[in-house]
Amino acid sequence: MTQDGPGVPALEMRGMTKRYPGVVANDHIDLDVCPGEIHALLGENGAGKTTLMNVLYGLARPDEGQILLDGKPVQIASPADAIARGISMVHQHFMLVPVLSVADNVILGAETMANPIFLDRKQARRKIADLAGRFGFELDPEAKVASLSVGQQQRVEILKALYREARILVLDEPTAVLTPQETDEIFGLLRRLAADGRSIVFISHKLYEVLEIADRITVIRRGKVIGERRPAETTEEELAELMVGRAVELTADRGESHVGRPMLQIEGLRVADARHREIIPGLSLEVRAGEIVGVAGVAGNGQDELVESIVGMRTPQGGKVTLDGRDVTGLSPRKMNMAEVAYVPGDRHRFGLILAFPVYDNLVLTGYYSPPYSRSFLRDDQAIKSSAERQVEKFDIRTPSINVPAATLSGGNQQKVIVAREFDRPLKLLVLDQPTRGLDVGSIEFIHRQIIAKRDAGAAVLLVSAELDEVMEMSDRIAVMYRGRIVAEMDGRTADKSEVGLYMATGGREAAEATA
Amino acid sequence: MTRRVIQSLAEPLAAIVLALLAGGIMIFLLSGLVPGRQPFDARLPIDAYGALVSGIVSFNGLTSTLVYSTPLILGGLGVAVGFKAGLFNIGGRGQFLMGSIASVAVISAIGGATGPWIAIPLALLAGALAGALAGFIPGFLKATSGAHEVVTTIMLNYILFYVSNWAIKGPLTLPRAPQPTTQDISELNGALYVLPFTRDLHIGVFIALLAVPIIWFVLYKTTLGFEIRSAGANPDAARYAGMKTRRLIVLTMSLSGLLMGLAGSVTLLGQVHQTSFGYDTGIGFDAITVALLASSNPIGVLFSGLLLGAMRAGSPAMQSQAGVPPDLINALQAIILLFLIVNVLRRVLARRRAGTSTPEPAALTAGKYSTESVQ
Repeated sequence: MTQDGPGVPALEMRGMTKRYPGVVANDHIDLDVCPGEIHALLGENGAGKTTLMNVLYGLARPDEGQILLDGKPVQIASPADAIARGISMVHQHFMLVPVLSVADNVILGAETMANPIFLDRKQARRKIADLAGRFGFELDPEAKVASLSVGQQQRVEILKALYREARILVLDEPTAVLTPQETDEIFGLLRRLAADGRSIVFISHKLYEVLEIADRITVIRRGKVIGERRPAETTEEELAELMVGRAVELTADRGESHVGRPMLQIEGLRVADARHREIIPGLSLEVRAGEIVGVAGVAGNGQDELVESIVGMRTPQGGKVTLDGRDVTGLSPRKMNMAEVAYVPGDRHRFGLILAFPVYDNLVLTGYYSPPYSRSFLRDDQAIKSSAERQVEKFDIRTPSINVPAATLSGGNQQKVIVAREFDRPLKLLVLDQPTRGLDVGSIEFIHRQIIAKRDAGAAVLLVSAELDEVMEMSDRIAVMYRGRIVAEMDGRTADKSEVGLYMATGGREAAEATA
Repeated sequence: MTRRVIQSLAEPLAAIVLALLAGGIMIFLLSGLVPGRQPFDARLPIDAYGALVSGIVSFNGLTSTLVYSTPLILGGLGVAVGFKAGLFNIGGRGQFLMGSIASVAVISAIGGATGPWIAIPLALLAGALAGALAGFIPGFLKATSGAHEVVTTIMLNYILFYVSNWAIKGPLTLPRAPQPTTQDISELNGALYVLPFTRDLHIGVFIALLAVPIIWFVLYKTTLGFEIRSAGANPDAARYAGMKTRRLIVLTMSLSGLLMGLAGSVTLLGQVHQTSFGYDTGIGFDAITVALLASSNPIGVLFSGLLLGAMRAGSPAMQSQAGVPPDLINALQAIILLFLIVNVLRRVLARRRAGTSTPEPAALTAGKYSTESVQ
């Protein structure tokens, strides 16, 4: 029980311990949430937040510890068990059926039957309409989920939880995929839910967010509770230090940019997907030497297609890509690599690494075919390994040795392997797709510094990120992408975050109206 | 380093030991069927395995171990190379037969005229190329249309079996033979018996033993091998890295077929000498067991090929001394395969149950590495 908590906490976890081979993911963690409270769980990736919530949701068995609901000890064996006890979880990746309507998605798995054959849709609709009205959801129950924005889909997930009479709601990084406006909306909704007496566990690693939304903040690091704070009593700097274990530079100091000649020029680029739908209907963009251009946009607006068309992973239907004055449209990934283009793919496990291969092989994945790594069809293992040792040192890759499989490294160190491989040579252009997604603060700091160093050495940088904060922080110039087009370009130093967010969400329609 | 070697050996060794135990229980349960033995004779399994070992450790036993192992090693290398690239070549039967028939064709065409020193190398070359062609076809189909190699190689097995039958009955058949039979090439074969005082040791044994380090070198020391292994472990990453994955599929299937064809060629030249209507082989499938038992490692293929070859070499002694039929060897081989597959399934299921948040297909297919992240 907390000092000023009204009575018994709705949820209390005592001494939760979960061990995995070689690591203690949760080390005697205590956590309690009162009715009507928003309790933020703050920690870096890998700190043990998700493990703790998986234990609560019946997805993992704790080795030690006790869970109490309303003061009574309970055993939670499965997610079904958790739901039955009023615990619901909104995952980072939504668990929705795109072709079904909002209402059908909400009742799926918790159907009430009118008779042994037919669903009682009428009653379900009534209940959904009632919930939506009470908390101000603004959702059309008949709309297909596939037609909804990411923010709306997330509200469907929350509606699902409420429909199942959730009293304790766990949200795992709920704002990671949202625009600033959508984030504001979801915060409003969470506050209304708390006012209704529900308990909310809000998992995040974004400092200003937890300060804004939470009543209480618990910081965990390496599986242990490091501290508990109230937003009024703390600052971003203190929270960051608790989370990382040392003082951190919260914003990268990117310094002055010295912009040179146009390095990457994209003119009228058209890209279609496998089903001939035009994803990019004609896009033009220029990145100059010594400049970081950040592409902001809600995920799924053609960013992946743009990046893949530049680096040769995808053949554009039309348009022209010029690199330092040379036409490189439709060149293969190998030719682009030889043209001094670095590419950090968005999905590092799928494209960027061969997880089963040792670190030293992954460090030459794109350069293995030429000296010094090979000579006339033969690999030079000596050269490969000594270069690997050097890069592990230079890029601060934390690994027991260069011989272990890349799968055994943490996400941040895996990404550093890719960065080392792609950055450690003369470059004209860097194409970076979500280079810090899912990484810890320390790794983000390091990778951002590497990007800035490359820019200062005269390379052009195209940075695509769904994290608006990253785009705002890193970009000399910001381009907003919406439905396959660049709808706005702004100076990175003067751009206003909510204005960028508005372009991301609407493509500029409302922004144009607002200024008119 | 040594720990990883020991770890990678644990699984196949356990499969072998468990298979031998299961085989022993089978012999024990069925001992009543052996003439002159009581039902449930606990001595019989010991006698049978004793006889098996005695059949292997004699001089003739050792040479015939090598002879039996030869096509298993070559074929096992073929399957293993495919596995490394993520390709499952089940077409060994057809590729083996093409290798055999091409060699017969060369010998019957020029053997009499040129003598063994020219005809036999040419026959080996033709056999290898015929196998490579039989592997090229499914590779080409996969690269151009996406047709899965498991389906096309199985279908090709039937087609090539009948092609081989047609050749035996048609252009290659001996005139005036009572049944369709090809020329007996042992007449020409003097040069193949490298050790004159052995019963059966032929030059193919040395080809197989030489192929092991060559394939190991190609896979681990050349850029082509790196590309093959990359395409197998993570095809998306291989494409990202600028490798030409379609070309790699065609190339690897051809190489796999080439080794199978070579297996057919050396078996025909050194062991079978003569084919008749209906000539067939089980090596294409046995080679899959060899490659799986070796986790697709070329050095491992050498040992698993020798093991299965030794069991075949010893089985006549087991028959004559203990009365246990040599079919037991096939049963043992099947049980080994079952234990290996159970282990693979167990690993896949364990990973699914652990609910690793990010699926890691690459590490999964590569199998031998742990995918637990140490973060």
